[in-house]
Amino acid sequence: MAMTFNKIADHEWELNVCGYTCPHPQMYTKKALQKIESGDVLSLVFDNPSSGESIMAMCEAEGNDLFDRQDGGGSFTWKIRKA
Amino acid sequence: MSSVATASAASGSHWLLRKSSLQAMSVFLLVVAGSLLALAEDTRFVYMLVYVWFGLAYGMLLQYGRFCMASAVRDLFAVKVPRMAVGMMIAVALYALVAAVVTLAGFSTFHPNAMGWHIVIGAAIFGFGIVFTGGCASGSLYKAGEGNMNSMLVILAISFSQAIVVSASGWWDSLVPQSWIESAKAKEMPEELSVTEGWFDIFTAGHIWDLKGATTADMFDMAGTTAGVVWMNTMLTAILPVAIILVVLYVFYYRKGHLRRTGKAAPSLGDELAGMWAMFTSSKNTAIAGIGLGILAGLHMYVTGVLREHYDIFNFGELLVAMGYTNGLSIQDTVFDPGYWYITTQEAQWGGWIMQQLGINSMDSIFFGLDNGLPNPLLNAPGFMSIGIILGASVMALARREFKWKMPSWETAFFAIVGGTLMGIGARLAMGCNIGAFFATVTNGDPSGWVFLFGMVIGAYVGVKAFTWYMDWSDSRKTSECGL
Repeated sequence: MAMTFNKIADHEWELNVCGYTCPHPQMYTKKALQKIESGDVLSLVFDNPSSGESIMAMCEAEGNDLFDRQDGGGSFTWKIRKA
Repeated sequence: MSSVATASAASGSHWLLRKSSLQAMSVFLLVVAGSLLALAEDTRFVYMLVYVWFGLAYGMLLQYGRFCMASAVRDLFAVKVPRMAVGMMIAVALYALVAAVVTLAGFSTFHPNAMGWHIVIGAAIFGFGIVFTGGCASGSLYKAGEGNMNSMLVILAISFSQAIVVSASGWWDSLVPQSWIESAKAKEMPEELSVTEGWFDIFTAGHIWDLKGATTADMFDMAGTTAGVVWMNTMLTAILPVAIILVVLYVFYYRKGHLRRTGKAAPSLGDELAGMWAMFTSSKNTAIAGIGLGILAGLHMYVTGVLREHYDIFNFGELLVAMGYTNGLSIQDTVFDPGYWYITTQEAQWGGWIMQQLGINSMDSIFFGLDNGLPNPLLNAPGFMSIGIILGASVMALARREFKWKMPSWETAFFAIVGGTLMGIGARLAMGCNIGAFFATVTNGDPSGWVFLFGMVIGAYVGVKAFTWYMDWSDSRKTSECGL
């Protein structure tokens, strides 16, 4: 288990923080969103449910667009477009 | 934010027939069966079952609202999210209002904590630890219920670190001030407690017992009066600070984003109030959990108070003796039995009980030998509340298809053990954790809880700085071009 952050296509990135508990997922997400360009899409994969609430609040506060959520089996794949 | 496309990996069957829903029901039925077995053994076990079922309800709500007080302070500094801090304040306000009714009805089980610098120091150590463990004391329990084995390690670390802190003796005993030793000697405690051996005993008998603990109503000579309970304990000690903190959270963490989203360049008072409301409801799950936990915590105190009156007891130890269970009681025939939501002391008892079974005597300490006892975990009422929290969280996580076994890595295990140990040490110095020394105190008119929160905030702030430094250092060692 280790955090991975990869560019998967033009303007598309994937951050996988499965296996990590708070505060890793939300802090890595914050760093990833700081790194990518405005309009880029971040696919975030995590399995710590409580981080989701904080990440949603981060997106709301920063104006980033959380436009897709695939949840189930204890894992979450969310897509965020940076404002 | 635009509308969110959501999907769950659900099978086509009815939700009640899904494997995870059936597992949730199985866990629930396990608690029902265990409760019936206990009642069949002796109906007086209903006293212990109150802890079990309130624990179950706490666990369900904690998981539903992702309600973790570590997040309340940590996420403010780490990612500038006030969600959980708001939820915590809602819970404090509700608990305070229900506690006022319970106190006026004469069923309060609350005792104020001794006020002193030990609270700030202990809370700061505790606050530093929670950043690394990923959860507070109750947060770790509910996350363990989600299948997170890291959180189990945290619970183990909290249990054993506390048990060792309160009972260990050694060269460090000589570091305590002589005045504490003299004061401890003057208490003339029973010989078997050896109060001048073991720094925590000396600290307790020679320092803590010399400090005062009082509610705000006590301080203004209004104890036992309706005005004292309502205005001093509830409004002045809980509701007013909550209102101030909520305004501070809105101004510094929510207002800017809210005004941008609503396009208000020159907001009126109505716009600001609407913004406050939006902050309260931005995470409905957290707000609902806050309301539910606040009300339940007050009701818990009421139900225990009613049962104590019914059985004419002051402590569960008396009931255990009446039922024929005398092993593990303190020399006063008492056991730990707060009568309200509490976490760390029963975990210390788990660690102490295991140490006792391994031949390490812990009953010569004030903490176990005089106050809390070391009952068999099967007879530890607050211990069952903690187990109830784990099981309640499991029920909710399974029902919501969020349960997943998660094994720790070396890195996360290290954080869990070190952070959990710091939480245990901090909790004992401060005489409780974020629940017992904060949540249960400020809501019952004891201002020492705000001192605990102050210390916890300082510790969490330093912890976030240290954690951020660690993440940056860790990333700098990676060679990937896609490092963070």
